[in-house]
Amino acid sequence: MLYREVGQFRTSYAADQAIFPIRQDRFGMLALLLVAYIAVPLMANEYWLSTIFVPFFVFSLAALGLNILTGYAGQLSLGTGGFMAVGAFTAYKLATAFPGLNIVLVFVAAGIVTALVGLLFGIPSLRIKGFYLAVATLAAQFFLIWLFVKVAWFQNYSPSGVITAPPRAVFGHFFVTGPEALPAYKYWFTLTFAAVLALAAKNMVRGATGRKWMAIRDMDIAAEIIGIRPLSTKLLAFAVSSFYIGIAGALWAFIYTASVEALAFDIDRSFQILFMIIIGGLGSILGSFLGAAFIILLPIFLNNLPDQLGLHVGVALVTNLQDIIYGALIVSFLIAEPNGLAALWRIGKEKLRLWPFPH
Amino acid sequence: MHILYAILIGPFVTMAREPAFLIEVLIGGLLAGVMYSLVALGFVLIYKASGVFNYAQGTMVLFAALTFVGMLEAGLPVLLSLVAVIAVMIVLAFAVERMVLRPLVNQSEIILFMSTLGISYFLVGLGQILWGGDVHPLDIGIPSGPLTVHGILINQLDLYAAIVAGTLVAALALFFQKTRVGRALRAVADDHQAAMSVGIPLKQIWVFIWAIAGLVALAAGIMWGASLGVQFSLELVALKALPVLILGGFTSIPGAIVGGLIVGATEKLGEVFWGPVIGSGVEDWFAYILALIFLLFRPQGLFGERIIQRV
Repeated sequence: MLYREVGQFRTSYAADQAIFPIRQDRFGMLALLLVAYIAVPLMANEYWLSTIFVPFFVFSLAALGLNILTGYAGQLSLGTGGFMAVGAFTAYKLATAFPGLNIVLVFVAAGIVTALVGLLFGIPSLRIKGFYLAVATLAAQFFLIWLFVKVAWFQNYSPSGVITAPPRAVFGHFFVTGPEALPAYKYWFTLTFAAVLALAAKNMVRGATGRKWMAIRDMDIAAEIIGIRPLSTKLLAFAVSSFYIGIAGALWAFIYTASVEALAFDIDRSFQILFMIIIGGLGSILGSFLGAAFIILLPIFLNNLPDQLGLHVGVALVTNLQDIIYGALIVSFLIAEPNGLAALWRIGKEKLRLWPFPH
Repeated sequence: MHILYAILIGPFVTMAREPAFLIEVLIGGLLAGVMYSLVALGFVLIYKASGVFNYAQGTMVLFAALTFVGMLEAGLPVLLSLVAVIAVMIVLAFAVERMVLRPLVNQSEIILFMSTLGISYFLVGLGQILWGGDVHPLDIGIPSGPLTVHGILINQLDLYAAIVAGTLVAALALFFQKTRVGRALRAVADDHQAAMSVGIPLKQIWVFIWAIAGLVALAAGIMWGASLGVQFSLELVALKALPVLILGGFTSIPGAIVGGLIVGATEKLGEVFWGPVIGSGVEDWFAYILALIFLLFRPQGLFGERIIQRV
């Protein structure tokens, strides 16, 4: 009853092509942003802001990037961690080499450099497909991490190989990195990045670019025949996806952890982000956020579960049990809803539309 | 100029100057490659028969080896524990087919791939709860000292591994060509629907292929374990099998063997001759970059089936 587009007539092309054509979606989005910008920082304590919400937005961005590549353009990639590392280390090099440069510009530049690297590793995608491509992107993963570990120049010759974010502020004196940074500022900063980039992604996938990607995903030869250039389309997907992932990596290194080593972006990170988009839903912007929330909250939940139940078990056993439950949950989730959480949301919306009638 | 010389010419000069050392490194690499082939073999078997890219193969290798070691440490005789582990791997195959593959039938490849990642997590957790996270040495009576042939050092253990791999491949080839089940497996690999329509039970075939992959995993695990000890951190070693796969082609058993040899040899050569110039740890990615460049010229791998697409 609440969610029904009856009576909303679109009288212009602009209205028909709006990002959110249904009024409820527009207001819902606005309400969500208001809650995220105002209510959450007021209600949540420091722990929630800096260890749950900030990584949630960082992961969402990375998942969004991978979803553009894998979910929309259909190119399976396992190099996400490596590209995040490119973003993180580029941002670090830029921020330390040009101390006067605005931190937002640093992050955008890091994204652009990552996009170029992604472009380079995307070149084989024209010739190879599917799992061959997935394994080929592992080359990016292993090579990039090795590069950042071995070449000391990238870490400014730090003996431990750890990079630490220099203190930087936005609008003069609101520190978002460094020891003086407040969790609320960090939260707003990452939220803004996530919101702007998510909106840009939503806009991209509904337009010509996104449709080209989906045509390539669904059948590349057919897409080629109707006049879509596979090379430029695939490479654009790699570039845009890497741009998102690079910014996520920079945010991870600067805002979330403040100091990081290259090994934080190893292959497990790539798999983690792949899980997010599978569980959230391939080819869905909303799915990237839902999947990120699920994968972040699940370990926290599993960690606290024994205490909540009043059981006392050893730390090692808990970690191993977590692995078992994690694995089993992933399999059972794939069986229950292979299209991800976003599909559940879609089904829910359909039901709402018809409510209170079943059909 | 100097760096170009060091990368492009220097290593070859070193090679030419010490041919015996070159051959030694090459043989060491080839034998190490046999180990990769053993892991890759399991991947190929499952991919051929069910189209599943089984990421859990690496974990299965360790799980099998760890179970074997655990039973030996519990005091069981070698033969009995071997039989027991084989039984465990067969049970695992049944469980995977019943609980993972059957409900996910007709799903896209990426979903099946993710489910094997889930299996991998599950097995890591289970294995560590059952047998602990420590390194278990595995001694099955294979002499491990070096052997000198014409002044070239060869690791005996690697030699045995090569023999085991050779026997295994021969046995598999015989099994696939000469037995009824083997023929059914090849039929399924060729065309699922056609196989089903002539009455080949797909479900049983899947159990069968996962069980065989489990046995190959056991063989690989024992050889790996004998040389490096058994521990789950070795799981990453299984990732080395992936470039082998793309070099050889996902669907080719000879490809897995040849790919493994190529990867093993080039990786060792890269580490020994180029490692000092561009930094150690070249082994981690050398095979991947090699495979990537190779794929640009031959997208289906060395022996993979030609990918023909129709609209």
